[in-house]
Amino acid sequence: MAFEQVKFYQTGTFTVGNRLLEPELRSVQADTTRTNSLNSGHRACQGCGEALGARYAIDAAMEATDNQLIAVNATGCLEVFSTPYPETSWQIPWIHSLFGNAAAVATGVAAAMRAKGRETTRVVAQGGDGGTTDIGFGCLSGMFERNDDVLYICYDNGGYMNTGVQRSSATPPAARTATTPAMGPEPGNVFGQGKNLPEIAMAHGIPYVATATVADLRDLEAKVRRAMQIRGARYMHILVPCPLGWGHASADTIRIARLAKETGTFPVFEAECGEVTSRLPIRKRLPVEDYLKPQKRFAHLFGPEPATATLARLQALADRNIRKYALLEET
Amino acid sequence: MLKQIEGSRAVAEAVALCRPEVICAYPISPQTHIVEALGEMCRTGALPGCEFINVESEFAAMSVAIGASAAGARSYTATASQGLLFMAEAVFNASGLGLPIVMTVANRAIGAPINIWNDHSDSMSMRDCGWIQLFAETNQEALDLHIQAFRLAEELSLPVMVCMDGFILTHAVERVDMPSLEQVRAFLPPYVPRQVLDPAEPVSIGAMVGPEAFMEVRYLAHAKQIQALGLIPEFAADFRKTFGRDSGGLVRAYRCDDAETIVVALGSVVGTIQDVVDEMREGGVKIGVLAIKSFRPFPLVEVREILQHARRVVVLEKTLAVGIGGVMSMNVRMALTQVALKGYTVIAGLGGRPITKASLHRLFADAHADRLEHLTFLDLDRKVVERVLDRERETRRSGPIAENILRDLGVVAARI
Repeated sequence: MAFEQVKFYQTGTFTVGNRLLEPELRSVQADTTRTNSLNSGHRACQGCGEALGARYAIDAAMEATDNQLIAVNATGCLEVFSTPYPETSWQIPWIHSLFGNAAAVATGVAAAMRAKGRETTRVVAQGGDGGTTDIGFGCLSGMFERNDDVLYICYDNGGYMNTGVQRSSATPPAARTATTPAMGPEPGNVFGQGKNLPEIAMAHGIPYVATATVADLRDLEAKVRRAMQIRGARYMHILVPCPLGWGHASADTIRIARLAKETGTFPVFEAECGEVTSRLPIRKRLPVEDYLKPQKRFAHLFGPEPATATLARLQALADRNIRKYALLEET
Repeated sequence: MLKQIEGSRAVAEAVALCRPEVICAYPISPQTHIVEALGEMCRTGALPGCEFINVESEFAAMSVAIGASAAGARSYTATASQGLLFMAEAVFNASGLGLPIVMTVANRAIGAPINIWNDHSDSMSMRDCGWIQLFAETNQEALDLHIQAFRLAEELSLPVMVCMDGFILTHAVERVDMPSLEQVRAFLPPYVPRQVLDPAEPVSIGAMVGPEAFMEVRYLAHAKQIQALGLIPEFAADFRKTFGRDSGGLVRAYRCDDAETIVVALGSVVGTIQDVVDEMREGGVKIGVLAIKSFRPFPLVEVREILQHARRVVVLEKTLAVGIGGVMSMNVRMALTQVALKGYTVIAGLGGRPITKASLHRLFADAHADRLEHLTFLDLDRKVVERVLDRERETRRSGPIAENILRDLGVVAARI
């Protein structure tokens, strides 16, 4: 990782000692002059992981590009809660066109910048997992394949939260959504379905792919910074817990995101040209139950008779991630 | 400069003279030669400073054009048929966002059954999408309209579709007068967007609008089209001054002054109708033809002024509004509110069926004698249709209609 290792205030905690660092090594969010790209006053739910992730990522991108940034947004929660006309929370040039075309619109903006010789102005496209892994997938794959100079950021909250929590191809197995109810012999989302978009992005051979969570701010910022140092198609997949859709306490957004990483459920890594180049190791390995239990979307697994077989399958998926990405090894 | 070239090539060269900055290309017949030629010009440097992007679908083509236009670049694409339908969501979006994109539609039928030949079903399906729709009669007019289209689009901040008949125009090699870059520059000022994505002046574009303002937003889109009713003839007149020829405008009336029967039509078929009108005039029949050049906005006043003195109007259209009849007929009827004259709708040339002078002669003679049904299908093979209907009455599982018809017809190629 290309940033200074931080100290923690106390052994065993996750409280980052930003103030122990030299000012220039502190996070963008700790900087009083940060852009606040997504300004306060928007209408996101309390504890919204996507609002947090978007501000972290876009502020970092603004810093990395000397504020020469244009953002393209897919339809979805982020778009709806940030721009209820005539208000807008965006402090940067921003356009929303449709649900499924953010990557292509961003290609167009980047092409315009090239045609006008203004290549110092960079382009970020962003969307939720529905707008990325499902309806926007064709345009996204096209943008990757052409290696257009766009950073695409997917804020993954594992479902269509804006329309009332329906399943997407990023919804994890066993999760309850409005279209995968916790009913029948196999309650919740089906095993063996869904897309692993970071790996699909890597398979395009694009110069940079990274995953991150809102629990690791400095890691997320460093990855955005790295992404903006590179030209061509780049992809970031940020896990953003959704208190509404996941059924966890609003105050637990960061904790849940951290548990996704610490259980191996969500591997945090980066890859260049299709090869994994770094991963964020698990600090203290935890069983998947620790991640699942605080979320109501998995409540059906923890009834009077716990769904041990299902839990074992979910644990096996996490174990596979840990093996595959070597998440227990120190870097 | 006079050139003997294919319609597609002529359009491509005219577009290149307008110096677009971003072109998105996705192949679909019969439009493909246009973007092929533009791609070549971008490679050779004949069209300098232009980004040529090979996209993965028509939906992406229009989306890339939206991004490029919103970022201040003059943007162009071309499509047809299924392609136009596939990009439909983005087509509406482009006009809603007020982005002056210019797009050629090489008019082609819509499947199923799949058919690559010409009719107007594609652009007619998008008639209410908020774009200006101009129809070309000839290759010369097609290339001229593109130059006017960029000016019109950028003046109003509204996208413009230039519709030209697939194959009949796009693939026909004809003589055209290609203007010079200096002429085009004199006519078409540089693109100055009304609003642009720029870090120096951040704006949010494409916000959510609720019931409190949506009606007003839509009304203003309509008001812009009404403004276009004034600008289209103005720019056509200005075009005449610069280039020395008539192209475009709202409508063009041919021998309508004393006509008892007026045929209304769109696109390349107007030329054939004109020939038939001339021949019938020689026989003393008072007939004329009114070409609609701008389908959106629809020139209600001009159409009414020309038609109201006739006894009957025959709207000949290459689209079928299934379940009611004609699309353009409804628009013409709107222009004729409270005008009492006989009206006939003729559906012709669907899926590339030739519209011949012989058929038109019979048709117009019947119309002139008021022997025509109100809804007529020109050169429809009644026997084949009856056979299918009979079969379906006998057995519900009679098979797919298209395949059954082809089986009845035998070797189809022998009939074309």
